[in-house]
Amino acid sequence: MSTVTTQPTPESGGLAPDTVVTPTRGAGARKLPVVLGVLTLLLAGILLRSKPSGDTTFQLSVATDFVTLPDIVVPSGPTAWLMVVICLGLTAEAVRRMLTRLHQPMWIPITFAIVWMIGFLSWAAAGDRIRVVSLLGGAVALAIPLVFGALGGVLGERAGVVNIAIEGQLLLGAFAAAITASTTGSPWAGVAAAAVAGALVALILGLFAITYFVDQVIVGVVLNVLVVGLTNFLFRQVLTPNAESLNSPERLRAVPIPVLGDIPLIGPIFFRQTPLVYLLYVVVAVVAFALYRTRWGLRLRAVGEHPKAADTVGIKVNRTRYRTILLAGAIAGMGGAYFSLVSVAGFNREMTGGAGYIALAAVIFGKWDPIRATLAALLFGFATNLQGVLSAIGSPVPSQFMLMLPYLVTIFAVAGLVGRSRPPAADGVPYRQQ
Amino acid sequence: MRLVLRGITKRFGSVVANDSISLRVEPGEIHCLLGENGAGKSTLMNVLYGLYKADEGEIELDGEVQHFTGPGDAMAAGIGMVHQHFMLIPVFTVAENVMLGNETTGFAGTLDLAEASKRVTEISERFGFHVDPDAVVEDLPVGVQQRVEIIKALSRDAELLVFDEPTAVLTPQETDELMDIMRQLKEAGKAIVFITHKLREVREVADRITVIRLGKVVGEAEPTASNVELASMMVGRPVELVVHKDAPTLGDDALVVRDLQVVDAAGHKQCDGLSFTIRAGEILAVAGVQGNGQTELTEALLGLQDDVSGSIRLDGVELVGRSTRKILDAGVGFIPEDRQVDGLVPGFTIAENLMLNRSFRSPFVRNGSLRLGALREFAQQKLKEYDVRARDIDSLAANLSGGNQQKVVVARELSRDLRLLVAAQPTRGVDVGSIEFIHKQIVATRDSGIPVLVVSTELDEVVALADRIMVLYRGKVVGIVPADTPRETLGLMMTGERPKDLKDVVA
Repeated sequence: MSTVTTQPTPESGGLAPDTVVTPTRGAGARKLPVVLGVLTLLLAGILLRSKPSGDTTFQLSVATDFVTLPDIVVPSGPTAWLMVVICLGLTAEAVRRMLTRLHQPMWIPITFAIVWMIGFLSWAAAGDRIRVVSLLGGAVALAIPLVFGALGGVLGERAGVVNIAIEGQLLLGAFAAAITASTTGSPWAGVAAAAVAGALVALILGLFAITYFVDQVIVGVVLNVLVVGLTNFLFRQVLTPNAESLNSPERLRAVPIPVLGDIPLIGPIFFRQTPLVYLLYVVVAVVAFALYRTRWGLRLRAVGEHPKAADTVGIKVNRTRYRTILLAGAIAGMGGAYFSLVSVAGFNREMTGGAGYIALAAVIFGKWDPIRATLAALLFGFATNLQGVLSAIGSPVPSQFMLMLPYLVTIFAVAGLVGRSRPPAADGVPYRQQ
Repeated sequence: MRLVLRGITKRFGSVVANDSISLRVEPGEIHCLLGENGAGKSTLMNVLYGLYKADEGEIELDGEVQHFTGPGDAMAAGIGMVHQHFMLIPVFTVAENVMLGNETTGFAGTLDLAEASKRVTEISERFGFHVDPDAVVEDLPVGVQQRVEIIKALSRDAELLVFDEPTAVLTPQETDELMDIMRQLKEAGKAIVFITHKLREVREVADRITVIRLGKVVGEAEPTASNVELASMMVGRPVELVVHKDAPTLGDDALVVRDLQVVDAAGHKQCDGLSFTIRAGEILAVAGVQGNGQTELTEALLGLQDDVSGSIRLDGVELVGRSTRKILDAGVGFIPEDRQVDGLVPGFTIAENLMLNRSFRSPFVRNGSLRLGALREFAQQKLKEYDVRARDIDSLAANLSGGNQQKVVVARELSRDLRLLVAAQPTRGVDVGSIEFIHKQIVATRDSGIPVLVVSTELDEVVALADRIMVLYRGKVVGIVPADTPRETLGLMMTGERPKDLKDVVA
């Protein structure tokens, strides 16, 4: 019997010379210092143009807190300038790392974002107070549909189906939730109906994209337009004339969680929310775990990366894809319930207002990972809420500009900060069996 | 396990890919399926593996007729396949790839990765594979990836193993190792089907040989048969395996490359200080395993790479920094390595493809409009001259066979006024008849006093065409050696090792 004695050392391999790596010199490494530098200059420029005066109060507690944290009062101008200096320091560190070709760690952009935001808020709320709890807690609430939508997107794309129809799933979910909650009197029945509605949109997507190999992006966009038209029509013809019976659902109210809800700062932000938010926590945790640690997740990812390989080990590719996008649609659909059961009570035409597309951006920003996508969606939720908070306290920023903010953040996030990310290899590619 | 195929017929539309093929494979034997690209070998194996459904015929394992509805059934019946294009998920670990579809799970479907790792280690140790279960597949050398494929099959208790063109991506050394592995598996009582079109390998390892041509079994042969006999069976007529060429008539230095560096989009240095010279009337063949800088070298010559430094001089004129069109106008002909992607527009007709790189001025364009008459005349002439088998010049390139597509590319490039020919993998996926023809054209080009750079991962082709051989490894020149350098030396050089007494030859 002959034996194989050769050790597969790198030298004996025939692989592309990956080890001949010159330190990264692509656009990616330069992007971070440039973005940080521009943002720092932007903040300094704002401060130079309109000099803030007086103090800014950061209020950390709400009246009902178990332990009351003291307010933090800082002089607006000096604080803002101090933050500019720290931002400059962080930018310098990023530049140094770029020049010495070191890896850019995540703490730099994260610290920078927090410091920059404190500086910005010191200026924007000069002579006023920022309620930190409502700023962040509101961000969580506003992020609900984005997170649900992003999870739906992550699941679909991980299995190889681009889910552009998130917007449609949210909108039909909102519609179904309003009608069902009104007729049954139970908001939970509404949430369930929203999930079914989302899955229904996903079913149509699957039919065209998986079974008939139609371009997934086109089907997705068409579905979004279809749902807008359908819900507008039904809203006018059915809901408006019967608003009392069909479009007056009971709202989902905030339910504080005992103990957890009493933790200072954290409690009011995360644990005095509506049950939909708690459901969200569970869904995020389950999806994140299942995707990486279970057979279901392994097969799902295999199908999205290399469907032929999955097929050759006996995995039914298209069946797996169907099951995944139905689940993804159901999750996204539940997010729709936020609009008609949490935000306001009742459906209104086009009430999702592009949230599905922002969720899609969160999928990319989150590099197709459930946890990262959730964080990205929270960031976008924060941007949206910041706009609301600032216009409420009458900040010097024009309100039109503030309305633009979430989208600006989205573009910045997706274009500038996302770094090198790699979608699933078979994302958007239909699988044809011979 | 004994495999018997009886009268397998598989049609794709009007094309009969397998025409009543019968085959018998015994346990403990290596059975070779020999045939050209497109002869129907892979189709047959995909039928066996449940990926295709046969229109007629039956599959019998140990005397029982099987009815596979998918690869899952075939695997369960004990058939394992090592695919030509590895069926591995690049971003998964070895253990994850091995367990996929056959997972051991705990509570609520959670994966038992420890168990999978253990299984990989067990099999790996038994056959001396040295595979780390936790390595991510895309980081592994191709040869090791192939072993992962083998482990995958063995972990499912496969008794019949099918190797589909397994050596296409391997270095000569890795090929030898694979042969050893196959012998080892045979000793362990497995039945092995080895699909290939490389005669050398067949004769080295096969116990029995079945030759397939145009979807039919044309006969059996003994491993003792000569290369010429086997090749003639494969092609169906006598073939010349050697390229006849006279000693080169060398002119002046024509292409002079100095310290060429190419950095790809990801920032990796793919060509690292290449220097070489090709004289007029000479063929320099570049040998090396795929992915060692050959693609980047040819693309840099054509101005298709962005980050290039160093110097490329053709007849004294610097090409680095010029646009691709200017380089083409300077007389560089290019046969790209992937004709489907870079060589042809599949949805265009033959005639349109023949004028692809001459869309700016005469003879085919005047005042911004096409001169269709001139084009038709030209195309008809080339069709005849290059023996392109097609209905007419209006046939779509997509509908041609690989060999005929390649002839269209060759015809287009060679019918210009050339100062340099760059031919990358000129005969990949091309039938033996067309290979002969294309090789003759390349030699004729050299004989007319044009410098030629040939890149090929097939050592046979390199040796057949070269006046001198340049071996590349990880973007560097290992050495430039005479064409009669022993294969063993070349194989060694392809792994980056430079024999001590090696002397570079200067043309």
